Amino acid sequence: MSAAFDAGLAVLLFGVAAWTVASRDRFAAVVGFVVYGSLLAVAWLRLHAPDVALTEAAIGSGLSGVLLLGAAARLRGGTEARRPAAGLRVLAAALAAAVAAGIGAVVLALPEPAPTLAPLAAEDLDATGLGNAVNAVLMAYRATDTLLEVVVLVLAVVGIWSLAPDARWGGRPWPRHEAAADGVLPFLARALTPVGVVAAVYLLWVGADAPGGGFQGGTVLAALWLLVVLAGLLDAPATSGKRLRLALLAGPAVFLAVGLAGILLAGSFLAYPPGWAKALILTIEFPKTFSIAVLLGLLLMGAPRRSDAA
Amino acid sequence: MSGETCFGLLAAALVGLGLYGAIVHGDPLRRLLAFNLVGGGVFLLFGVIARRGATAGFGGDPVPQALVITGIIVAFAATALAVGLIVRLADLRGAPARGGDTPSAGAAGSARG
Repeated sequence: MSAAFDAGLAVLLFGVAAWTVASRDRFAAVVGFVVYGSLLAVAWLRLHAPDVALTEAAIGSGLSGVLLLGAAARLRGGTEARRPAAGLRVLAAALAAAVAAGIGAVVLALPEPAPTLAPLAAEDLDATGLGNAVNAVLMAYRATDTLLEVVVLVLAVVGIWSLAPDARWGGRPWPRHEAAADGVLPFLARALTPVGVVAAVYLLWVGADAPGGGFQGGTVLAALWLLVVLAGLLDAPATSGKRLRLALLAGPAVFLAVGLAGILLAGSFLAYPPGWAKALILTIEFPKTFSIAVLLGLLLMGAPRRSDAA
Repeated sequence: MSGETCFGLLAAALVGLGLYGAIVHGDPLRRLLAFNLVGGGVFLLFGVIARRGATAGFGGDPVPQALVITGIIVAFAATALAVGLIVRLADLRGAPARGGDTPSAGAAGSARG
């Protein structure tokens, strides 16, 4: 039964991915990609990776979907008419098939027994004060990766802002969305925001021992922010705002400060003194989640498009 | 065929599909989508390897799983930057963008030969 489910899911995923590549229409391709992300989240559940499934559903499908649909709408006007020559397509197909066959051969020849770091991860789990091994990897064993990842988000936001025309630097992204007094969107934004904030904090908190964590919680917060802006209840922020920039940097700054303190107190960068791991991880996680929410929201809004005053 | 092998072969197929799309499409947004398909395939391969390493009471090796979470978020950041570039490129060519019927500059042009 479960083998049949897996096979069916794999066929479905392949079909949706093929649709994304083959579709003539740009918008249809994006819709295909969003469906692909949602189905991929189910595949992650089947692979016993609920943390990844949450991230995939929230970011790979949800936020990416909003981003790409917005881009497809902005680039509207004629689907692509140009198709490459048949010869090139055959050549590309042959190359792609060869690469896929190579990876497939590797999959069939994976070593037995499989190498794993799970016992090592389990060994020191108690010292981190966490019950969720994935978040122990993210916040303790490999915390440097997570710090650098947040820095990558900051750099991406700086990169996107830099794409603004000179006159718009420091301005606001997105057009101003006007709230319709009796609209469904403002109602949804008002009704969902309190529930969503509770859900986000819950995801962050429960991530210590169960599937969840700072990234998933931050994504929920980002989505709520976008909803409130789309509903016209708040304007998109001026990218020159001091408070906005402080919000961007709070997470990485606290992360870095705790990391540097680790050199003095525990002997190496991002090391936690015994007994303090859980407290320090939470100290990092709360500002980090907040910053991630702001960073993800800004990534989605794109380059500033109108002057600050508008 | 076990679930892991099934998803492993799917991952290989997804990488191939995405690679084909990234080469064949002239439209930068379509290339970006295809590139993300490749990313999904690579992540899935990681997931299969994590699942195979399930021991010590875990459903999968937590280390590759955590790496995939980091990867998904970095991929999103890169996608957002790419979308910013594509939209800016279209704006510079005169709004509204005319889609793939104009010769693309930069990466799109060079790959087309």
